[in-house]
Amino acid sequence: MEKGDLSDSSTLLGDLVEARKQIAELKEKLHLCKQKEFQNFQLPNPDEGIDREGSEDDKRKVNELCNKDIRRYSRQLILPEIGVKGQLALINSSVLLVGAGGLGCPSAIYLAAAGVGHIGVVDYDEIELDNLHRQVLHTEERLGKSKCKSVADSIHCADICQRIFSSHKDNVATRYLLNDACVLAGKPLVSASALRFEGQLTVYNHEGGPCYRCLFPRPPPPETVTNCSDGGVLGVVPGIMGNLQALEAIKIITGLKASYVQKLLLYDGLYGSFRSIKLRARKKDCSVCGETPTVTGLIDYESFCGAGPSDKCMLLHILTPEERVTAKQLKEHLGSNSPPLLIDVRPPVEFDICHLPNSCSILFTLSC
Amino acid sequence: MAESSQQHIDIHVEFSGGAELLFDKVKEHEVKLSHDNNPWTIRKLLVWIKENLLKERPELFVQEDTVRPGILILVNDADWELVGELEYEIQNKDRIIFISTLHGG
Repeated sequence: MEKGDLSDSSTLLGDLVEARKQIAELKEKLHLCKQKEFQNFQLPNPDEGIDREGSEDDKRKVNELCNKDIRRYSRQLILPEIGVKGQLALINSSVLLVGAGGLGCPSAIYLAAAGVGHIGVVDYDEIELDNLHRQVLHTEERLGKSKCKSVADSIHCADICQRIFSSHKDNVATRYLLNDACVLAGKPLVSASALRFEGQLTVYNHEGGPCYRCLFPRPPPPETVTNCSDGGVLGVVPGIMGNLQALEAIKIITGLKASYVQKLLLYDGLYGSFRSIKLRARKKDCSVCGETPTVTGLIDYESFCGAGPSDKCMLLHILTPEERVTAKQLKEHLGSNSPPLLIDVRPPVEFDICHLPNSCSILFTLSC
Repeated sequence: MAESSQQHIDIHVEFSGGAELLFDKVKEHEVKLSHDNNPWTIRKLLVWIKENLLKERPELFVQEDTVRPGILILVNDADWELVGELEYEIQNKDRIIFISTLHGG
């Protein structure tokens, strides 16, 4: 390809676009096919499908590794801590990922690669351009598509199911909901979060450790909660935390000791520090996992937290229409003989991204 | 200097997980507390921090004599619940960390 590289490259690019289209179509077909197959495994009522005990489960249980499995997982099989027993445990395990974002994507890759047999993905959201720097399984071609489906298409897992619930994201209401659901179902919860350059991780409701409510009996006031769209986050930070979550899950599945029960890992990417702190034990008076629980079923988490489950911007006090100037009105003012002084009160970093001409930057903070 | 004749205690106070935003983004603070007859408790320290270190919006840090829900306090890398919470008597060279829990991913 020495000559005519230019025309060749544009032709090739065209071919590539065409091929990608075909791949997308094939994936769509495969997805529908998989969904059909998956539905055949389900109990008649999908709401009852969470509990997979019984004959269906027994039928699907793998009791020995095939040759391909042995080759594929050989490097982790030879670890005495994992071994055949551990690998079989992984193949027969089910993990539910809540959130197919910055933490869910790396978790999903490694859980699937390690051989976890059943992965469920829960996310209500669709892929947006500003997700891609950290939600590494999603691509530009899939903008506007379901995050669950994108994860399912990107990883190779024996059985991946997608459940789209109306409200699942990293926020306070979801945390209480997940915590209570795990306590009531007797499942461990590997929980992590990432914001700016920092990450936190802990394992709730496992081996006598505390649950989220033991630590936080009362939800924080809604106005104190900062999220990724407000606070910003460097993509690699949730990447690191998501991988650590996958590691903790793999340890729990294979019967190894989880490292972050009753411990909180604090990662500071800016300082490069990992710090592990000791948390309180399970509280006897905890309202969900205590001796006399008052929360015995799922409750209304939005009203409990005083905030919806959205991780999007929450506007507490907005200006009334009378207090506002439209873009057109402002243009007129600026074009007049005595133009007003235009003050941009956003943080300097946002001012640098874009600002109106002749505006001056003076920071004024009201929210986190 | 002998412990008994000490006129002040030196402690390390740290804010993280976003709590530092209320303190001019300064995470680590070396603090000298003058030692009178009454011991320094976390309860007393919270008031001191509110009056001396806090730069903005006190309601995001303290509520009704204690830290607002969602902030964890650590004394020497352990949950303050393990050492007596508000009544813990602060010792010289203690590390006291205030962590706001993160919500993001």
